[in-house]
Amino acid sequence: MLKIKNLQVSLNKKNILDKIDLSVKSGETHILMGQNGAGKSTLAQSIMGNPNYLVKGEINFNSHDLLILDPQQRAALGIFLSFQQILEIPGVKIYDYLKLLYKKSHEKKLTPIKFKEFLKERMEILNFNEDFIKRSLNHGFSGGEKKKMEILQMLILEPKLIILDEIDSGLDVDAIEVVAKAVNFLKKEKQSSVLLITHYSRILKFLEIDFVHLLSSGKIIKEGDASLVTDIENKGFASFLKK
Amino acid sequence: MKKSNLKKLNDAYADRFGFSMPEKSLINFGFGLSEKVIAAISDAKQEPTWMKEFRLQSLQTFYQKKMPNWGPSLEEIDFDKIRYFIKDTDIEKRTWNDVPKEIKDTFDRLGVPQAERDFLAGVKAQYNSEVAYSSLQKELDEQGIIFCSMEEALQKHEDLFKEYFAKLVPAADNKFAALNSAAWSGGSFVYIPPNTHVKRPLQSYFRINAARMGQFERTLIIADEGSNAHYVEGCTAPVYSEYSLHAAVVEVFVKRNARFRYTTIQNWSGNIYNLVTKRAKVFADGVMEWVDGNLGAKTTMKYPSCFLVEEGAYGEMLSIAYAKNNQIQDTGAKMLHLAKNTSSKIIAKSVSIAGGRSNYRGLVYVSKAASNSKSKVECDALILDSKSATATYPDMKIAGDNASVAHEASVSEIEEEKLFYLMSRGLNKIEAMTLLVAGFIEPIVKELPLEYAVELNRLIELEMEGSVG
Repeated sequence: MLKIKNLQVSLNKKNILDKIDLSVKSGETHILMGQNGAGKSTLAQSIMGNPNYLVKGEINFNSHDLLILDPQQRAALGIFLSFQQILEIPGVKIYDYLKLLYKKSHEKKLTPIKFKEFLKERMEILNFNEDFIKRSLNHGFSGGEKKKMEILQMLILEPKLIILDEIDSGLDVDAIEVVAKAVNFLKKEKQSSVLLITHYSRILKFLEIDFVHLLSSGKIIKEGDASLVTDIENKGFASFLKK
Repeated sequence: MKKSNLKKLNDAYADRFGFSMPEKSLINFGFGLSEKVIAAISDAKQEPTWMKEFRLQSLQTFYQKKMPNWGPSLEEIDFDKIRYFIKDTDIEKRTWNDVPKEIKDTFDRLGVPQAERDFLAGVKAQYNSEVAYSSLQKELDEQGIIFCSMEEALQKHEDLFKEYFAKLVPAADNKFAALNSAAWSGGSFVYIPPNTHVKRPLQSYFRINAARMGQFERTLIIADEGSNAHYVEGCTAPVYSEYSLHAAVVEVFVKRNARFRYTTIQNWSGNIYNLVTKRAKVFADGVMEWVDGNLGAKTTMKYPSCFLVEEGAYGEMLSIAYAKNNQIQDTGAKMLHLAKNTSSKIIAKSVSIAGGRSNYRGLVYVSKAASNSKSKVECDALILDSKSATATYPDMKIAGDNASVAHEASVSEIEEEKLFYLMSRGLNKIEAMTLLVAGFIEPIVKELPLEYAVELNRLIELEMEGSVG
């Protein structure tokens, strides 16, 4: 599904990622861990097509060359990235915005009533109350509300590949469980794949993990199954760096 | 912007707004301004002598007054190439059945019926220079509200008319007020009796349909003590290559404890000079709100003002200026605090795109008598490309004690990061830009009646399609 080969990424002439190889198959859940500044967000932004990064190598998604596509086209292929820095968009009403997202990502049209039902069902997964959609997108939201808003957009878009960039930072354990519930919902309903970037193992106990990648100074230095998380938790990042 | 894009945009406009119906004018004075033309306008309207004299005096004032030279260039206006009066229908039509088909067609294409469904009884529409149709709501009559054309008001309510007419904007105020005073035709007269609350907005549509036709409508509103009403006017105009002029005068009297809102959405075609003098006089504890959206025209110069003449008076201005394709939107507001404990607020937002220029030009004046007065001014400009520009000319003159006057201004661009964020959710660049621009002006748009808000957002989408790429 997602195939990254020999990826090199730089920002303002500074190399951030080097010789990254990574494959995510349909339905798999991958965890990307690493210290601050290791290049985790850069990888996520590069997959999504942030124009600020200079990207060399290959990123393929379902045999499409992503590097020649703009972010909108990547989204249309079914890629979703929840941002670490979530921007506030004042004046854009959430309801209208989500309706537009639905229209852009689904061929099947819904009547306004059906869409409302669909939206309500998705909001219930996240315990959002109905007044929420009257607000402006992320405007004046708390950190936790912004994260949940990202996940609500994900539930509307129903992507094939879900990339979550530190979605668990700043969330309490209840909110983390809700987010994991939403991810598991799409994994089950849509066989979505997941690439999850995190510092913490807290969210991992709610998810079934297939692979773990450890990123350090722009390179993947260790890969393994779920047990690698426990290893990292016990020994710390530093002990892996020494090797 | 590429030429082809510009053409596409113009075509889109022509399709949606720019069209002209065949002219069928009964009286046509040809071009140019003279005492003869002005006298003929007055005679055709069978006006009392004092009005005819007022017009002729105003014409002299117009000749004496210099063109304003402190703002955008008005050099291209050729007063000899403007037609000053076209009378289209002799009598006002009372019901839709009586309205000529081509006028109805015009309204259809303008989308008037949409608004009309909700506000049918309140619709006053001006076709060319005269009110072509008016259907007065029964409940307006019952409440003693007068809502009619200026011509009718002069005939039927001459004393009331004379007491207020040109008392707030005298002919000598500026060259274009003088021109309007001499050549005025059409416009609305509104009188709201004391303690009367008008639930639905009083609505009026103006448009220019004849090429090279000046439109000089005049509006006079008196909101008597303790009354409450909302007046809405919306304009779209056909696309013509000749230069055209819209020089209106609006006078609003807001008596003690009254509350009045005046909403305007103007979308003149790109060849029109839109030079309007709007002024309100606000008495004790009265509230005047201007909501003003300027989307079209070649050059707009408009600075609605509030004279806060008694204690506790409040004036507010919410405005959107949208400048595109080398248009100049030179707009703002004037708040004159002339009594103690008066307050005012100005929120001005502008969007400049494809070589458009938006200027905020405003005045906050606090007289010596206006102690303990408050004013807040907020100007936010959004610039969408490097060809466009914005400027702020705030003027503050504070003489009163203990005045609190705040001014904030910001200039911003569409942030690439926000575009990327929205595009990563599957929106194309046009959709993302439309959302960001609509979001920027939303604080003003939400104050508009729903169908205007919807139409405004559609307009922005249309313009993004023509401009982004």
